[in-house]
Amino acid sequence: MKKNKDQVLMDRLADAARAGTISRRSFMHYAAAAGVTASAATGLWGTSAKAAPKRGGTLRVAQHDGNTSDQHDPGKYQSNFEIGYGHTVRAYLTMINADGTLGPDVAKEWSATPDAKEWTFVLDERATFHNGNKVTAADVLASINHHRGDDATSAAKSLLGDVVEIVDNGDHSITFKLAGPNADLPWLMTDYHLTVLPAKADGTADWQSGIGCGPYKVAELEFGVGGRFVRHEDWHGEGAWFDEVEVLVINDPNARQTALVTGDVDTASLLENKTLMLLARDPNIEVDNISSAQAITMPMHCDVAPFDNPDVRMALKLSINRQELVDKITFGAATIGNDFHHSPAMPYFPEAIPQREYDPEKAKSLLKKAGAEGLTVNLSTADSITTGAVDAAILYSEHAKAAGINIKVVREPNDGYWSDVWLVKPWCMVTWGARPTPDVMYSLAYKSDAAWNESHWQNERFNELLLQGKAELDNAKRMEIYHEMGMLARDDGGTVIPYFPNFVYARRSNVKHTGSLSPAWQMDGYRYASRWWFEG
Amino acid sequence: MGDILRLVAKRLGLGLGILLIISAIIFFMVELLPGDIAQAVLGQGATPENLAALRKEMGLDQPALVRYFDWLTNAVMFDFGNSIVTGESVVNTISARFANTLFLAAYAAVIAVPISIVLGVLVALLRNSIFDRVVNVLTLTSISSPEFFLGYILILYLAVKTGMFPAISSLSNDMNLGDLLHRTFLPALTLVLVVTAHMMRMTRAAIINLLASPYIEMARLKGTPPWKVIVKHALPNAWAPIINVVALNLAYLITGVVLVEVVFVYPGIGQALVDAVSKRDFPVVQACCLIFAATFILLNLAADVGAILTNPRLRHPK
Repeated sequence: MKKNKDQVLMDRLADAARAGTISRRSFMHYAAAAGVTASAATGLWGTSAKAAPKRGGTLRVAQHDGNTSDQHDPGKYQSNFEIGYGHTVRAYLTMINADGTLGPDVAKEWSATPDAKEWTFVLDERATFHNGNKVTAADVLASINHHRGDDATSAAKSLLGDVVEIVDNGDHSITFKLAGPNADLPWLMTDYHLTVLPAKADGTADWQSGIGCGPYKVAELEFGVGGRFVRHEDWHGEGAWFDEVEVLVINDPNARQTALVTGDVDTASLLENKTLMLLARDPNIEVDNISSAQAITMPMHCDVAPFDNPDVRMALKLSINRQELVDKITFGAATIGNDFHHSPAMPYFPEAIPQREYDPEKAKSLLKKAGAEGLTVNLSTADSITTGAVDAAILYSEHAKAAGINIKVVREPNDGYWSDVWLVKPWCMVTWGARPTPDVMYSLAYKSDAAWNESHWQNERFNELLLQGKAELDNAKRMEIYHEMGMLARDDGGTVIPYFPNFVYARRSNVKHTGSLSPAWQMDGYRYASRWWFEG
Repeated sequence: MGDILRLVAKRLGLGLGILLIISAIIFFMVELLPGDIAQAVLGQGATPENLAALRKEMGLDQPALVRYFDWLTNAVMFDFGNSIVTGESVVNTISARFANTLFLAAYAAVIAVPISIVLGVLVALLRNSIFDRVVNVLTLTSISSPEFFLGYILILYLAVKTGMFPAISSLSNDMNLGDLLHRTFLPALTLVLVVTAHMMRMTRAAIINLLASPYIEMARLKGTPPWKVIVKHALPNAWAPIINVVALNLAYLITGVVLVEVVFVYPGIGQALVDAVSKRDFPVVQACCLIFAATFILLNLAADVGAILTNPRLRHPK
């Protein structure tokens, strides 16, 4: 895409198109003047001008990863069907907006004490459960406490480990009291486990009934097969344009794509990268290819030779052609990595950090400096890590030959990879799910004393900044902190990050959205039901 | 007739014994599966404490033998318990799915059984002709192809290119029988293609085998037309092996169709079993496997009774 297009002019044009004060012909004319190609301008006209959503219709969805063993307890949500269900039928305190910013859901506003140790969430008084009851502070309290306490079975328990107490303030607001400062608490509230449930008389949360306060209520539901959901007219949010949403569990990728092509469904989650190009050629189908916070990493144990030498680590980082991996292994369905585990889909992304390029000459000279010319290292990988994982490692090993490095690709068995290879072998390939904030990610796998510090990296300044960033409520200052942390991880850290796999899904071209899609999960952060609409 | 009733009673008793042994084998196979159910349910983010709490909630802190006999005592009283993972009753979880599987199996069988037997008789009649060769090649090709591949081929030509049938066979409650038959035609046709060859070839072989017998020779010599020789004289004596193969294929239609379910998004019991195994959900696995085992036992029994009833020598033993 051209970089010299005039963004201000384009924004104004889009506004004018939305307001209907400009014709298609003038739009195209001015767009060309702003440096936008004709085909891109046509797309922009489509997303802006018709951006007045229309109510009505039944959206039929082909959803991957649904099982007969799916269930209602949000603490045990794990499958994509359950996560989609959580965002369609239930609601959360906060949400990640389509543009990736943090927005209100059941909580309409929130604030922290200056030390970031107490967070107060004011609830939206319009929020209503599907049985007609208003959402109260007691309901929210019970919902969050469902994931806390000694006998909690929730997978979100560790996420809320810092929460000491939650108080009902009696004025339709609740306050979280934390053991240590955490400026990201409102972001953590978007976690897919933390749905708002009705409270029972004994103060526990009622997850069994399946009643939520989300945009759609259950009409029919059979786990592992699908569900039919109808609009909840008293929903507190904006949107929910479809009258009904029918979700169909289709676990076979081929069947999902066929159903979309034949028009048996209107949208399908998780496509296969290798058929993306073919699918995109169908004029009735639009493919959405969205950056995500999932990552592929290759951590080197920084306390094991030869990786204990920063020059060797840098040489290995310089010997991989990341763009070629994105193009050939993921067929373009990934976002290029830059050796720090902070994807552009996460908040506070430091854009000013320069992209690391493939530079075998420089790698060669670094190895010479380190006295490690003709280096031979093993890289462990397995097929189950990601589609094409072994091929990616082999491609990397070819790239590294130009720097005189011999990377031996060791193909490990899929079974037992996470217990016998990861955290054990000095250099291996790893896949990471998306985490909501850089603080969660860095604390989990880069903090010096973290159990999952997969590269054994110890950097005093990085750990200092990590604590500072967690307590910092000023966004500008946090941006600076995460910039510096990114630079440290990129230049001194022990992890090669080739790419962040994208979320790829598709819809029939009569299904519309605003043009920006939440990077939190598949399908607009699984909020497609309330955000998308049918073209009139 | 009394002999047959005695046989049925004896075989049903034996069948119950077999089910008991199978239930024990299934239980310990599930126990042997590597991995931990609590870990499978909670995923990567689980802490040791909440894993322990979940195991306790699911009753997994009890020894394996205690859990098996608990399950067994309830099962004897027709209480198959609740799913460990969802807490739903097992009967609720799988009854609708099993009904769907039975429907699809019946649909396929109603098409496949008459076609195979008629084809079998025809090719026996016209054996070694071009017709015989073509039918053999086609049916053997379809049985040799993996069923998901047959499914994709049918989807490509009958759904994507011509749009005659829907590519996915998801069901909804407001369908009438016509819609239902139309929607599930492609999976049924796939199954027909898979099972026809076996039954057709057995019919052909059984008849041709008999054609060398002296009494067939006699029928021919007295001037009976060839089709009548086969239908009136050979076929009645060929029923026993044919019935056996039909029963075997009916059992396959009920127990072995998980790939077809996946390709056509058909909500049958096979997918439910696969999901339950991946979550180590023992009560659901147990119920599905026992249904499958009982299907085999009952259909085999039916085949034996059928073979006796069609054979006068067995019907009236000296």
